[in-house]
Amino acid sequence: MIQRQVIDVSALPDHAFGSRSIMWWATMGIIAIEATVFAVAIASYFYLQGNEATWPPANTALPGIFWPTVNVAILLASLFPNQQMKKAAEGMEVRKLRVWMAIANLFALAFIVVRVFEYRHLNVSWDSNAYGSITWTLLSLHTVHLVTDFVDTVVLMVLMFTARAARDPRRFVDVAENSFYWYFVVLSWIPIYAVLYWAPRLL
Amino acid sequence: MSVEHLPYALPGDDALHAQLEKTWSPAKGPFRWFMQIDHHILGKRFIITAFVWFALGGILAALMRFQLARPENTLLSNDQYNQIFTLHGVTMMFLFAVPVMEAVAIYMIPLMTGTRALAFPRLTAYSYYMFLFGGIMIYVAFFLNMAPDTGWFTYPPLASPEFAPGKRVDVWAQLVNFTEISAIAVALEVIVAVLKQRAPGMSINRLPLYVWSMLVTSFMIVFAMPAVMLASSYLALDRLVGTHLFNPVEGGDPLLWQHLFWFFGHPEVYIIFLPALGMISSIITAFCRRQVFGYTAMVLSQVATGFIGFGLWVHHMFATGLPQSGESFFTAASMMIAIPTGVQIFCWIATIWMGRPVYKPPLVFVLGFFAIFIAGGLSGVMLASVPIDLQVHDTMFVVAHLHYVLIGGAVFPLLGALYYWYPKFTGRLMNDKLGHLSFWLAFIGFNLTFFPLHKLGLIGMPRRVYTYLEDTGWGPLNLMASIGVVILGLGMLAYFVNALVSAKKGAVATADPWNGGTLEWATLSPPAHYNFVHMPVVSGHEPLWHAPEHAPVVTGLSTTAKEVLVTRTFDAEPDHRYVYPAPTPWPFLAAVATGGMFVALLFSPWALVIGLPIASACVIAWFWPSSPQKEGKVPKEDASPGIVRKSEAPA
Repeated sequence: MIQRQVIDVSALPDHAFGSRSIMWWATMGIIAIEATVFAVAIASYFYLQGNEATWPPANTALPGIFWPTVNVAILLASLFPNQQMKKAAEGMEVRKLRVWMAIANLFALAFIVVRVFEYRHLNVSWDSNAYGSITWTLLSLHTVHLVTDFVDTVVLMVLMFTARAARDPRRFVDVAENSFYWYFVVLSWIPIYAVLYWAPRLL
Repeated sequence: MSVEHLPYALPGDDALHAQLEKTWSPAKGPFRWFMQIDHHILGKRFIITAFVWFALGGILAALMRFQLARPENTLLSNDQYNQIFTLHGVTMMFLFAVPVMEAVAIYMIPLMTGTRALAFPRLTAYSYYMFLFGGIMIYVAFFLNMAPDTGWFTYPPLASPEFAPGKRVDVWAQLVNFTEISAIAVALEVIVAVLKQRAPGMSINRLPLYVWSMLVTSFMIVFAMPAVMLASSYLALDRLVGTHLFNPVEGGDPLLWQHLFWFFGHPEVYIIFLPALGMISSIITAFCRRQVFGYTAMVLSQVATGFIGFGLWVHHMFATGLPQSGESFFTAASMMIAIPTGVQIFCWIATIWMGRPVYKPPLVFVLGFFAIFIAGGLSGVMLASVPIDLQVHDTMFVVAHLHYVLIGGAVFPLLGALYYWYPKFTGRLMNDKLGHLSFWLAFIGFNLTFFPLHKLGLIGMPRRVYTYLEDTGWGPLNLMASIGVVILGLGMLAYFVNALVSAKKGAVATADPWNGGTLEWATLSPPAHYNFVHMPVVSGHEPLWHAPEHAPVVTGLSTTAKEVLVTRTFDAEPDHRYVYPAPTPWPFLAAVATGGMFVALLFSPWALVIGLPIASACVIAWFWPSSPQKEGKVPKEDASPGIVRKSEAPA
C-alpha cells in the first residue's frame, strides 16, 4: 500500500457565518426567488397601467399615503435592532441576542399592525377593477413575506430561550441569516411602496 | 462488503465503512417510508415516480394518436380529447421533464462532487412529497372528469371564469403550485451543494460538465419558475375571488398571461435541455475515452444559453400582433441561441472524432440525440422567423418541432444517462442487446411518429383538433404517425423491461464498469449511504484517470455524526464541518398540510386562512432541533461564545 497524503479536517470549526455558511446561500437563493416574484408583480402592475387612460382608473380614489409612509419609517428604524441582533448572533452572545430579538420582533409587530390600516385606506377593492386587483396582490405579496419573517424570528427567539439551542452554534447561524432576510423584507418594501403609493400620484 | 479496493481507500477502511453505514443509515421502522431523507432513496423514488407519470403521459399520447389515425374517428369525444392533450402536456412538462432531471441530480450530484449528501436533505423529502401529491391530484381529477382542458399553457380568456366554468382550470393552477414549489426547492439544494460542498480541489473550473449544467439549470429555475407561480396565482385569484387581472372588461389583459407564462415557459425548455447536455458530456467522455474537447467553451456556452434563454419568450407570441421592433429583437435572440448550442455540438463531434468511441447503448442514445435534436434545432431556427411562424403557428409543424427538441434533446440523452448510471442506482448493468433494441425501436418509432407532422403542419393541419374530414387529405400521414407511436411505445417498453429485469438479474457491476473518470465511479455500485469513506482530493477534470491511488484524501470528519465538509465557493478549500439532521416525518406532514391546502383552494379561498397556520406549524416542528443524541453528537458544553475560529485550511 502506498503511503498517501491525508488532509485532516477535524480541527476545522463546526459552523461559520455569512457567505461561508450554507444557510447564507440558501437565504440568498430564497431572496433571489422572492425578488423575482416582486419584480414580475411590479412589471404586471405597469403592464396593466398601460391599458388605462388614467391611473388609478376613472372613479377610483387614490390610495391613502399616511399609513404606508409611517411603515417606511418603522421599517427603516427596525434596521438598527436587526443589525444589533445579527451582531449578537455572530458573537454568540445569548443574553444580548435575546433582548435584541425581542426588540426586533416588536418593530415587526408594529409594522404588521400599521399594515392593517394600510389595507383599510387602499380605497379600492380587489374585485373593483384590474388596478384594485394588482394593488391588493402586490401589497399582499409583501405582507406574506413580512409575516413569514416575523413568525421565523419569534420561533428562533423562543428557541434561544431554551438551553439546548442556546449552546448549538448552528442556531446562531440561523438567527444571523434570518436577520439577513429581514434586510430583504425592508429593502423590497421601498420600491413596492413607491410603486403602490407614488406611481398613481406621479405617473 | 470490502471498500479497501476503492481508489480513495486507506488501509483499515472496512471497519470505518461499517461505522459510517451505521451513522448514515436511513430511517428504520414501520413508518420509515415517511421519514427518509437520504438522497439515494429520495432520488430513486423521484426518478421512479417521474417515470410513472411519463408512462401515463405516454399512454395519453398514444390515445390521441389512435384517435387521429383516420378521419372522423370516434374513439375519443371532443371533450375527452381536450382533457387528454392538456393532461399529456401538463404531465410531460410539469410532472416528468423538469422533475426527472432534478431527480437524477438529487442522486448523482453528491456522488460527482465527492460529498456525503445533498444540501438540506429534509427539503428534498418535502419536494418529493409535493411532487407526488401534485401528480396524484391531477390524475384523480382526470378520473373524476375534472382534468384541465385548456392546453398546457391555459390561456385566458379561454381559461377565464366565464369561458371555463367548473374546477378544471383550477386543478391546473394548483398543480403548478405543487410542482413549482418542488422544483424550486430542489434547485436551491443543488445550487448550495454544488457551490459549497465539493471535494477539496474541485475548484469551479474542474466541475464535471454535468454538474455545471445542473448549476446553470438550477439558477434558471430560480429566476423562471416564480413567474409561472405568480401567473397561476393570478389566474386562481381571477377565478376564485373575482380579481380582474386577465379580464379586459375591467382593465385586465389576457396578453399579460402570455408574457408571464412564456417568461417561464421558454426558459423551461432550456431547464429541460441543459441537464441533458451535461449527461451527453458525461457519456461522450466515458465512451470516447478522452476529455471533452473545449471544456471552457462548453461551460461558457451553457452559461450563455442560461442567459439568452430568458430573452426569447416573445417568439411564442408572434401571432398576437406585437410591435415589429419587438418581433425583430426576439427573432434575433431566438437565432442567437443556436450559437452556443452549435458550439457544444461541434465540441462533442471533435471529442468523438479524436477519441476511441465504444458504441455501447448510452453512446448510441447520444448519437440518436444528434440526429433528432439537430433536425429539431433547424425547425426551431425556421420558427424563429416571423413570417414562417405566422404561417405555421398552431399547426402540427409546431408539434413536430417541439417533440424533436424535447424528445430528441432531453429524453434520448436521459435514457442514455440512466443506462450509463444504472450500476450506481442498482449495482447491476442493463442488458446491452435489449438496450440496442430499445434504442432502434424508439429511434425509428419516433421519426415515424413525428416527421410526418412537419408536412401535416405545412399543408394546414392545426394542432389540438380531435378529428378532421377525409377531404383534407391528412389521413395517410396521420395513419403513418399513429403506426409510429406503436413502435415508439414498444421501444420504451423494451427499455422499461430492461431496467426492471436488470435490477434483479443484470450482470453485477464493479465500482467502475465503464472506466469512467469522474468521482461517482470511485464509490461502490450502488454507493454506501455515506457515499465516500474518505472524501477525495481532486486535481483535474477526470480524477480517476490520473492515478487516484496517489491522490490525498480527507480524514477527520466525524464517524458518529452525519458530518459534511463545507468548502469554499470557488476554489473548494475545506472551510468548516456541518452536521446533518436526523430522519423525520415532518416534511411529509408539512407536504400533507400544504397539499391539503392547495386541494381545498380549488373550492374556497378560506382554505388559505385555515391551511397556512397548519402548514406553518408543521414547518416549525420540522425545524425544531432534535435531541443531540439523535444526531449522534452531544454539543460541546464549552462552546465558547464570542469566538469563531478562523478556518485552518490545510495546504
